[in-house]
Amino acid sequence: MNPQELLYAETHEWVAVADAEGGKVATVGISDFAVESLTDLVYIQFSKSAGDAVAAGDTFGEVESVKAVSDLYCPVSGEVVAVHDKLADKLETLSDDPFGEGWMVKLKITDESALAKLMDYDAYKKMCAEQ
Amino acid sequence: MTEPLRKTPLADWHVEHGGRMVDFAGWSMPVQYTSIVEEHNATRGAVGMFDISHMGRLRFDGPDAGEYLDSLVTRRVADAAPGRIRYGLVTNNNGGVRDDVLVYHLQDAGGGSYWMMVVNAGNREKILGWIDEHPMPSSVTMSDLTTDWAMIAIQGPKALRLLQPVVEADLANMKYYTGCETKIAGHGGIVSRTGYTGEDGCELIVGANMATRIWEALLAEGVNFGARAAGLGARDTLRLEAGMPLYGHELNEEITPLQAGLSFAVTKGKTNHPGAEKIFASADDASLPVLIGLQLEGKRVPREGYKVTTGGGEVGGVTSGTFSPTLQRPLAMAYVNRANGEPGTTVSVDVRGSELPAEVVKLPFYQRAK
Repeated sequence: MNPQELLYAETHEWVAVADAEGGKVATVGISDFAVESLTDLVYIQFSKSAGDAVAAGDTFGEVESVKAVSDLYCPVSGEVVAVHDKLADKLETLSDDPFGEGWMVKLKITDESALAKLMDYDAYKKMCAEQ
Repeated sequence: MTEPLRKTPLADWHVEHGGRMVDFAGWSMPVQYTSIVEEHNATRGAVGMFDISHMGRLRFDGPDAGEYLDSLVTRRVADAAPGRIRYGLVTNNNGGVRDDVLVYHLQDAGGGSYWMMVVNAGNREKILGWIDEHPMPSSVTMSDLTTDWAMIAIQGPKALRLLQPVVEADLANMKYYTGCETKIAGHGGIVSRTGYTGEDGCELIVGANMATRIWEALLAEGVNFGARAAGLGARDTLRLEAGMPLYGHELNEEITPLQAGLSFAVTKGKTNHPGAEKIFASADDASLPVLIGLQLEGKRVPREGYKVTTGGGEVGGVTSGTFSPTLQRPLAMAYVNRANGEPGTTVSVDVRGSELPAEVVKLPFYQRAK
């Protein structure tokens, strides 16, 4: 994925929206900035599975580093269609390719209203620069 | 209005070299440069270099300086010969810990001696206030050297190999917990065989205007055998593995040194410091929680504030936790009821809603091979 074409949440998740499954599917991961801020990742766990209904703002998992633990938040409401469980065994993927192979969940969007609250690349970069 | 953060003489160097700066006790300090784990492993395997200039350095002069410091700390220090350094606690009238400190007795070039107390950055103002409340005899003078001098810790199995060429004192023949004035890179300073990582090493006190030059020279030489600059993140994981308490986590005004397992730093029968009777009484008080080590399986990490439980309910709380880079497992320190504090006991930690089994183990978790 090209990071400049993605949408971003304040909590550092990125979202790619594509037409699929007879509707719109959001692929969700966390940004390179988030991965670099965490560093020294030790663990990721997903709390949702395919078929679960989620609302924007729900947690879908947690990522643990040596220094701290962080929740992962659903940027939009929808139904979970895929969870990238294999990430747990190859955490380095998150550093190597956060916007591609580092994807975490795919959600079939049921309510697009939350998309409007997400930032574009430039706005997200500006937010990160201020942190 | 927020006070601007204080800067050590090495602050610009940290920023220029990728240090991720955070507010630590009012000081702008690097938590890491590249990775806590890489900096941690460099210290265990070769050398880690830490800027610890934020720590408070108070010098005491006068014939009664040793007795005066003795009246503030839990450890007998007045009888320390010049060259000796002792770890002790400054306690309040209830025996709670106001700070954990190093007391140095140092020989000066003229054949006399003076004393120094190194205090935690976050407690410096508090200790200065405590000294005001416990006036020094007129023969004793105190000077705060914190900003005129920088302090650098050089820690790891190759620390002496790195340092010896630039330090005049014979480091290999200095015992642990001794220190002296010496020449460092040709300039006057203090070297001590002390540290907070569980590794062999030294701490240097050098003039603030010399700090960057000495730091860069040591690092330039040290990279040849694996030395790295290391931040507060690695300092925390290293001290945790070594079972050393951190003020504000394992130590505070409500906890006595004996609850924290620091009986070695409390001289038996010494009663001239505040709270002495309360400290000794805490040894036998079964109602007071005690500090323990916890080790867990898996990768989820117990963090400060997480509850320690048994089938019978809450029995304590975690004060520090991390995923140990050396032992490759989650470790924590916690205060628990005495009945649950015996090594070998199994308890649970509530890690974000999951009750994970944890074994009570003896501290330290890690001890270097000697």
